[in-house]
Amino acid sequence: MIRVEFLGPIQKDPLELDITNLNQLAKILQEDKELSQWLQNSAVAVNDTLVSSLDVELEDGDKVSLLPPVCGG
Amino acid sequence: MSLELYDGGLDVPTILKKWYESEVQSNYGAFIPFVGTIRDEDGITGLSFDIYEPILESWFEAWQEKAKAKGAMIKMAHSRGDVMLHQSSYISAVFSPKRRVALEFIDEFVEDFKASAPIWKYDLKDGKRIYAKDRSTAIDGSGILGEKL
Repeated sequence: MIRVEFLGPIQKDPLELDITNLNQLAKILQEDKELSQWLQNSAVAVNDTLVSSLDVELEDGDKVSLLPPVCGG
Repeated sequence: MSLELYDGGLDVPTILKKWYESEVQSNYGAFIPFVGTIRDEDGITGLSFDIYEPILESWFEAWQEKAKAKGAMIKMAHSRGDVMLHQSSYISAVFSPKRRVALEFIDEFVEDFKASAPIWKYDLKDGKRIYAKDRSTAIDGSGILGEKL
């Protein structure tokens, strides 16, 4: 299973999904209306490393995080 | 590591004193601190912060390596949770052998901090915690999950 976490202001509980790559995750999340405002502007990390393309394979136990726009300080 | 996270507002004099004293014998010629203070504006009573620590730590470590390559060192402190008006939520500092490196580095570092560090800011206003969406910046590479499939 892959754990998907929504960070900061995205008010959504984590998901546990049976998927093997980020393309499949995009397909699932794009069907969720609650997330439509976040998918266009959120960065994605796999096991706490930012990724820049959907061509990423996932393995059982991996963690995917969505990071919406930031503002520290 | 030199990355410090605190619940609530930062104790600025204590942190700056500690940083100064920790490096005073290290032969750095320059110490340039930046202290961010929460201003009274737009009717807020304060700000509040969420932090994602694993990625903040790796982001900070990458900057520490860049500093090291120039003979410099950075330190940073940030608040978690609520911080009230006129308190500080953010301090960073660069130590370097000569002033030019530290002056340039603090500017680059703070700019990238604003654009990339995984920290989310909320206005505290009328008893609510409101995401500061308009002041926030999408991290480089954002939006891949929204791409047309």
